[in-house]
Amino acid sequence: MLNTAILIVSGMVCVALILNLWRLLRGPDLSDRILALDTMYINSIALILLYGMHMGTGLYFEAALLIAMLGFVSTVALCKYLLRGDIIE
Amino acid sequence: MNFWVELLITILLIIGGVFVLVGSIGLSRLPDFYTRLHAPTKATTVGMGGILIASMVLMTYQQGYFSVHELLITMFLLITAPITAHMLAKTALHHQNKALKRTRSQQLMEPAREQQPPHHTAEHD
Repeated sequence: MLNTAILIVSGMVCVALILNLWRLLRGPDLSDRILALDTMYINSIALILLYGMHMGTGLYFEAALLIAMLGFVSTVALCKYLLRGDIIE
Repeated sequence: MNFWVELLITILLIIGGVFVLVGSIGLSRLPDFYTRLHAPTKATTVGMGGILIASMVLMTYQQGYFSVHELLITMFLLITAPITAHMLAKTALHHQNKALKRTRSQQLMEPAREQQPPHHTAEHD
């Protein structure tokens, strides 16, 4: 039961990633693309965690934590660049 | 594995996956940026929360001691999601993204873009 559930949820997250990619390519404005990237890194954290659960190891949490921190910093840096024209003033 | 533990993990996983999918459908289907902004927040909080708590239960059951790595990621995502949404809304206001026509109180967008309090323009009018 658990392996089937992990496979089904992985499929859902992959469909979500494809929808995000569609918004990233199509997004009429720059902020739409940043929002799509932000959602994509969160979904990729979910995918990595599901892979770790499938493999039965806790080795992938560090990678997920790194992606969470770097994704947040990069989103804020992109927003700051669009807002001020510079990241560190 | 114990049947009830497996059922609990499965239910948490399905809830998380459904919310992640709904967040992305909202991101791709909603009409303008300000409505699109609120859809992925559900994926961040409830969706990722469900998947992370399922992972926490599984790891605690498999390893025999309490696993708190996932709680760290959950807390981090819960703290950073509002900050990201705030920065993105500020960026959209700065770039003068068009809101839907039926959005109410659109006259408040201009003072918000100028970072002024709402009554500032009323004095000049």
